[in-house]
Amino acid sequence: MLRTHKITPWLYLTPMLLVLLFAFAYPLISIFNFSTRRIRGASGPFIGLENYRQVFKDNVFHEAVSHNLILLLAVPIMVIISILVAVVLYERVTGWRVYRSTLFIPYILAVPVIGVVFSNLLQLNGILNETLRNFGLGGVALDWIGNPRMTLWSVMGVIIWREVGFGIVLFLARLLSINEELIDAGKVDGANWWQRLWYVIIPQLRSVIEFYVVISVITILAWIFSYIYTISRGGPGNATQIMELYIFNFAFRNQLPGIASAVAVILFLVTLVLIVPIVRYRSGSELEEMA
Amino acid sequence: MSSDGTMRSGRSQRYLASLWKHTFLIVGVVLVLMPLYFTLITAFKTQENYSLDKSGFPNPIYTGNIETALRGGRFFMWFKNSVILAGGSVLLSTAVSALAAFAFARMRFRFRNTLLAVVTALMIIPPVVMLIPLFLLLTVMNMTSTYWGAILVYAGLVTPFSVYMLTNFFKTIPFEIVESALLDGASSFDILVKILMPLSGPAVVTMIVVNMLWVWNDLLVALVLLPQDDLRPLMVGITVFGSRYNSDVPVAMMGMLMASIPMLLLYLFGQRYFIQGLVAGAVKG
Repeated sequence: MLRTHKITPWLYLTPMLLVLLFAFAYPLISIFNFSTRRIRGASGPFIGLENYRQVFKDNVFHEAVSHNLILLLAVPIMVIISILVAVVLYERVTGWRVYRSTLFIPYILAVPVIGVVFSNLLQLNGILNETLRNFGLGGVALDWIGNPRMTLWSVMGVIIWREVGFGIVLFLARLLSINEELIDAGKVDGANWWQRLWYVIIPQLRSVIEFYVVISVITILAWIFSYIYTISRGGPGNATQIMELYIFNFAFRNQLPGIASAVAVILFLVTLVLIVPIVRYRSGSELEEMA
Repeated sequence: MSSDGTMRSGRSQRYLASLWKHTFLIVGVVLVLMPLYFTLITAFKTQENYSLDKSGFPNPIYTGNIETALRGGRFFMWFKNSVILAGGSVLLSTAVSALAAFAFARMRFRFRNTLLAVVTALMIIPPVVMLIPLFLLLTVMNMTSTYWGAILVYAGLVTPFSVYMLTNFFKTIPFEIVESALLDGASSFDILVKILMPLSGPAVVTMIVVNMLWVWNDLLVALVLLPQDDLRPLMVGITVFGSRYNSDVPVAMMGMLMASIPMLLLYLFGQRYFIQGLVAGAVKG
């Protein structure tokens, strides 16, 4: 540690504090305030919890929440796929680096680009269905994003397609950083591949798996606006309405920022609950580092 | 005889296992590449070629979609806007974060750990939560539809990650190096600029890549803060573009292809920064 004047650290921190005050502190305080007012323009009269009452009464909001919850099914699927792939790559199959780089490509592509591409591919007479028909699979050439019963599942597929790459790289990085002997020990006592996966590797990955689950849950609850906006705009009807789009529409389309702020507060509180395990995980890994 | 037999079965078993693994991975690779392949072949088809044969190879290879997509120069304008926004916000955030990270990593002060934990936690709060007050605030300040307003917001949103990453990296630089500079009479600011930053090269590059990617790929913030067409960044532009060329799929796909090329090229050459950077928040090193 540097020996400094008492005030010096705060001089170094001031610019960051100003930026964070502007981008986080002020907005987070304001949404609580806005959510209790009938906002017209930049402010409005205090109306207590009326906005929340409106939101909880609104069927569209119920749909939005239930869609976010249904999409959470993607999380276990992504966890399973990425563990399996990471473990296979870890066993150094020939060309594992090439596999890793390829499987990571979707994650570096921009979500809006992916959304527009898939919204074209998945049309009723789009490329995917045309290809399926050519292979005599016309029976599964469904109306992926036109049929309200299908659209949410299609969006989930696209989300998995992109986000799973992150899980793979994350788990692989963790595997590469732990002691190889620990994993090889399983080989000696004759455990088969699945037993080793279950009894040796997964316990080793536990904390990263927890971290990935929490990150993915947050992503699905609060970071998928771009997918929905580019693939379906929440439609057909409200078939893919989600909380973020609900906030966006109420704040910037319907000009009702009070209602939108109430939902923003709800979303913020949900992420706040989920942040706790992440901070704990991070400080845990820092302790390890010091040891 | 018998030992030869077990050896052979061991080898063939291993061969079988690796065959399974490769099959599994190849299925994954096909699933990943299929949409990209479709985008590529469609981008080089004429409208007519596309409607007659959607899944086949373009025949002939048609490059006219490039021209159509670039017509009017709006593509380049969006691209330029994205460069300004990503460049400006990353520059601002890096400067601010380097100063703060220096204090977190190398100085003693009250509430240090609490403050760092709070800053780190901010990383996870979704931007949609902050957007309404930010929009109203910028409106009052007459800064919506300006580069500066958006740059400030983006810089703010990526700063928690930058601080987290630089703090962790500064901590790994041996204190002896800093000490010897102190003996030479360097000030604390000299130490940051002349020693810590240059030694943190790879970490800084990684952080910049991740932040650039974040700002470059954002749709939501830009949609709200930069509604004017001549200020739109690429992601908002292509979303509009995609719906405009709804009926001309080949042109839309060419647009998507061109919008992805810069990132794909960067990934090709700077892969390790992408991979390291994007897992940096989770796995140390």
